[in-house]
Amino acid sequence: MSANLAKPLLEAKAVAKHFGGVKALRDVSLSIRRGEIYGLIGPNGAGKTTFFNCMTGLYVPDGGGFTFDGTPLVADASDKAAARGIARTFQNIRLFGNMTALENVMVGRHVRTRAGVLGAIFQNAATKAEEAAIRQKAIDLLHYVRIEERADDLARNLSYGDQRRLEIARALATDPKLLCLDEPAAGMNATETEQLRELIDGIRRDGTTILLIEHDVKLVMGLCDRVAVLDYGALVIEDVPAVVQKDQRVIEAYLGA
Amino acid sequence: MNFGHFFRSTVGIATLAALLVALPFVAAMGGQAWVRILDFAILYVFLALGLNIVVGLAGLLDLGYIAFYAVGAYTWALLASPHFGLHWPIWAILPIGAGLACLAGVVLGSPTLKLRGDYLAIVTLGFGEIVRIFLNNLNAPINVTNGPQGITLIDPVSFGAFQFSGTTQILGFAISGPQKYYFLLVALAILVVIINLRLQNSRIGRAWQAIREDEIAAKAIGINTRNLKLLAFAMGASFGGVAGGIFAAMQGFVSPESFSLIESIMILAMVVLGGMGHIPGVILGAVLLTVLPEVLRYGVGPLQMALFGKMLADPESLRMLVFGLALVLVMRFKPAGLWPSPVRRRELQETGK
Repeated sequence: MSANLAKPLLEAKAVAKHFGGVKALRDVSLSIRRGEIYGLIGPNGAGKTTFFNCMTGLYVPDGGGFTFDGTPLVADASDKAAARGIARTFQNIRLFGNMTALENVMVGRHVRTRAGVLGAIFQNAATKAEEAAIRQKAIDLLHYVRIEERADDLARNLSYGDQRRLEIARALATDPKLLCLDEPAAGMNATETEQLRELIDGIRRDGTTILLIEHDVKLVMGLCDRVAVLDYGALVIEDVPAVVQKDQRVIEAYLGA
Repeated sequence: MNFGHFFRSTVGIATLAALLVALPFVAAMGGQAWVRILDFAILYVFLALGLNIVVGLAGLLDLGYIAFYAVGAYTWALLASPHFGLHWPIWAILPIGAGLACLAGVVLGSPTLKLRGDYLAIVTLGFGEIVRIFLNNLNAPINVTNGPQGITLIDPVSFGAFQFSGTTQILGFAISGPQKYYFLLVALAILVVIINLRLQNSRIGRAWQAIREDEIAAKAIGINTRNLKLLAFAMGASFGGVAGGIFAAMQGFVSPESFSLIESIMILAMVVLGGMGHIPGVILGAVLLTVLPEVLRYGVGPLQMALFGKMLADPESLRMLVFGLALVLVMRFKPAGLWPSPVRRRELQETGK
């Protein structure tokens, strides 16, 4: 491995984004280290998801930019972000509803595999081997997030919690270096949230860096190594949970000054 | 009863093969016209399966599909007829036709990449009409397409000395032109079925389905949606081009009239009515929508005579009325198509209650 390892996995430098007159992000700079769980919190409308969308290539930032794994990220190309190793889930779950759970995860392997049309038509040995590997990896991932018994069900028929898990499995199928979860605990009860906490912790232990956007402050504080707080599109603080929790500006942002 | 298992068993395949071989000879008892109807049924199976890649798998609503069929047909017509005095062989024309159609697919595809659903439908509809109007008017200043008169005396399909037009004696059997075309078309249709099946369960096929389901999510997991949509358009168009070539050779005549909007709509109806994205369903849809209007053409008149003793309504107009009604009823009571994929059927049963 290279000297890159010492540097942060992701660096945001003065990222700005406007929607008309609304300044959704004001020069946000932060850095995510390798192997950590990094929490991004803030009140509704603070710009968390906007930041996410800029980073994953869904929006083009109006200023600043991102460096990932030592090289800049190209704006406005979410497929390239995934190829670089950034995978994400969505706040409002976005699965491929009319495909089975297994197929959803198998599609996730797309960016790490190569078979083309000719391979599919002529079914050469390389294509067959790749297809078998895709299937096996997808089955393994369904086991990993513990929804293997739903493999052949349509994604749309899965329970809410299982859909969240399936979305994570699909993201993991792209072999991400950085897994971005946008409010994964939204709408979950206490038991489901606890299971999710274990899952996220497990993913980190298996070597994937995690960026977590979350409303559930308890979950964030218990799980994250470092936390950043956004308010009105600006970064308030970036530090370990114990410090963030006691910060006067954070308390004001959440309770209103 | 499980059709899927039946068709995969050896007995099933043998039965199906025997049926396919016997069919043109059974149809010939009713006259060669019925064999020609069979030919067209298979030709539409081929076309519908080509469109199925674009609409059924990638979810791109294409209302101009007939344009690619037209490109293929005119390629054949221009390269193998007295119009330009060219008589190129099939192995040269068919790939050129497919290639040109493929190119047309990319030309249509590239400006529409950002469009979805109804917007895409309108642009593709316009494209289909543009191609037809071009063919209609490209007879001046240089006469390329011979305008509305069309091109006549087009060479039939032939491999060396073996001609597909006219009757041939094979092993003491007299095999007519339409019957020979039937076997050619069945062979091509089997090929396109295999290609469809293999694509559907492949890396590319899954990516298409992902784009159909949710384009943003597909992009987020690294699918290059632009290239894959173009690929879908190009592949679907190539099949259309091949079908067009065979059509021109079989008919011996092409004119812009054959490539109207209603044709595009009929092929789309075959895909939707049969069961979008489900290959056996699409085949069923194509066969039904080709054969049913013909059965009605010959059946409606005698039926009226038998029921009422006289002709109450003009068979020709009644035929389309019954046909339209049948379409409405199928969509009302079988919204996923006559033969939807098993997963989709289960889905509708679960949510329909």
